[in-house]
Amino acid sequence: MSRYIIRRLLQLIPVLIGVSILVFVGMHIIPGDAAVLLMGDKGTPEALARLQHELGLDQPIYVQYFHFVADALRGDFGISLRTRQPAWTEVWSALPMTLELSLSAMIFASLLGIPIGVLAATKQYSLFDSISMVGVLISVSMPIFWTGLILMMIFGGTLHWFPIGGILDEGISLHRITGVHLLDALLQGDSLAFWSASRHLFLPTIALGSLSMATLARMSRSAMLEILRKDYVRTARAKGLSERVVLVRHTFRNALIPVITVGGLQLGILLSGAVLTETVFALPGMGRLAITSLLARDYAVVQAVVMISAFFIVIINLLVDLLYAYLDPRIHYA
Amino acid sequence: MSNILSNTPVPAEGSVNQIEFVRQRPSLISRFVHNRSVVIGLTIVIALILTAVFAPLVSPYSPIKQSFRIQLQPPSADHFFGTDEFGRDIFSRVLYGTRWALFVGMLADSIALALGVVLGLVAGYYGGRLDASIGWLTDVMLAFPYLLLAMIVVAVLGPGITNAMIAIGVVYVPQYIRLVRGTVLSIREMEYVEAARCIGMKDSRVIFRHILPNCVAPIIVMATLVIGWAIVETAGLSFLGLGAQPPIPEWGAMLSSGRNYMLSAWWIATFPGLAILVVVIGFNVLGDGLRDELDPYLTKR
Repeated sequence: MSRYIIRRLLQLIPVLIGVSILVFVGMHIIPGDAAVLLMGDKGTPEALARLQHELGLDQPIYVQYFHFVADALRGDFGISLRTRQPAWTEVWSALPMTLELSLSAMIFASLLGIPIGVLAATKQYSLFDSISMVGVLISVSMPIFWTGLILMMIFGGTLHWFPIGGILDEGISLHRITGVHLLDALLQGDSLAFWSASRHLFLPTIALGSLSMATLARMSRSAMLEILRKDYVRTARAKGLSERVVLVRHTFRNALIPVITVGGLQLGILLSGAVLTETVFALPGMGRLAITSLLARDYAVVQAVVMISAFFIVIINLLVDLLYAYLDPRIHYA
Repeated sequence: MSNILSNTPVPAEGSVNQIEFVRQRPSLISRFVHNRSVVIGLTIVIALILTAVFAPLVSPYSPIKQSFRIQLQPPSADHFFGTDEFGRDIFSRVLYGTRWALFVGMLADSIALALGVVLGLVAGYYGGRLDASIGWLTDVMLAFPYLLLAMIVVAVLGPGITNAMIAIGVVYVPQYIRLVRGTVLSIREMEYVEAARCIGMKDSRVIFRHILPNCVAPIIVMATLVIGWAIVETAGLSFLGLGAQPPIPEWGAMLSSGRNYMLSAWWIATFPGLAILVVVIGFNVLGDGLRDELDPYLTKR
């Protein structure tokens, strides 16, 4: 196993190099280099040339690339045009929001999706099965941003059950420890802030999580159905085990393996969805940051967001693979 | 359609053997007709295509003409879906939006398909270094959250509906590469491919005559599903302001502008979204149905 982990870690290196090349090249062929954008239209040609020299933009492209990688490894992604802060600081302050949103969406998706799929499988062709599979089809087909708008309109605008955006009610402030609002509120024992933060997180969580919920429901249904047809399930029933034991111990545990794999891969999809959800609900996360920066041509920040999320996805995929190897004793990795 | 897809020969009349064959296994078309998903999905898709084609005839008003006397009117007999902040008829805009959606979905899908199929064929057939480098490219592209990858492409090309479409096309290339490569790997070792090579057939001929036709079924399933997804994602880019620019009646852009009036005029943001939902359901249902008939082993998204 440890050899397998090392091999997989080594395999990450070419992928991460590829990601950095792609980001570097992408940012490089956008018209207008960093010096031009930093100066705006007030700089003289001499000042521009000086700035270009300072930023190393007059050097050959491969030298620039190596500087880019060396800087990135030290967490230096350049200076944000909008705020004149290091791009890394910007991303660092937005990251917890996105993690909080994605994780709560993931939890929502698993807690609802897996039971629905399992129940639908045990009652295949029943009314519950048909209704939930139609629901799944609709959830899979709804654009995240529209789901967000509709939820906001119904539960925020009309029924006033939930706030229509933002992270905390007015007048409530929360000292930042981790940046994850729910966690910060818990750590400080501030129940009012916790309540407010959870209410604000509720609709975005559902909007973002419904696609993954549906995917997980589908996946667990088909995995359960496949396992239920296996010989050992028939044997378990034949030797008189109660249906509950057959389902829980023999079927569900085996069906969980592919479900966990799909679930892990959902995290990458959630990071994409977070861009849209954060835009709809005005949440100050990484996705919102990426899109504002992109529209403001603040490419240093875009670059940082992209590199960091790609890094996250690669690591998550690795963890899913390892978990898969760990959970399924039939798989041996040399 | 059936002759392209056929692992299943469509029998000629008169041959006894083949008639018996038909009893055992009905032709592809009759299987399609009996598959509820295919029928429902195809109905929705055909209805959409008709809407797109006849949009100018069916729409009661111009999709872009503004009329400030009738701003933000709720749905009524005159304006089925109400009017937007510029007094434009939302029903007409949604109808015209079908054109953009189908156009964008199909072109983005074609870009992904063309690049992905070629790279997948090459990687699967030749193996070795080529396969390794294409595999590396695929891994790298899949390491990005797809929306951020699309955003970079748009950043490089500049915002606009065409560029958004290209961006989404690029995002789906790795999916096709993986699909085609996997299929080719399983076909490559078949005896008839070996036989074709033994008689000295050129690689290109082996690929196009013997390998590609056997990859068509999974590609068709994938292509159907990707149209739907590409429509949602391009709408997403438009919603973020990177795709279609006003006054184009594109659903994502309509949702984006409808957002500001969401609480006072619910209809602006509701109907374009419903339209996206219907389109995507259509392609998803059709794709799932085709998968059941053509390729039971393909994994779901």
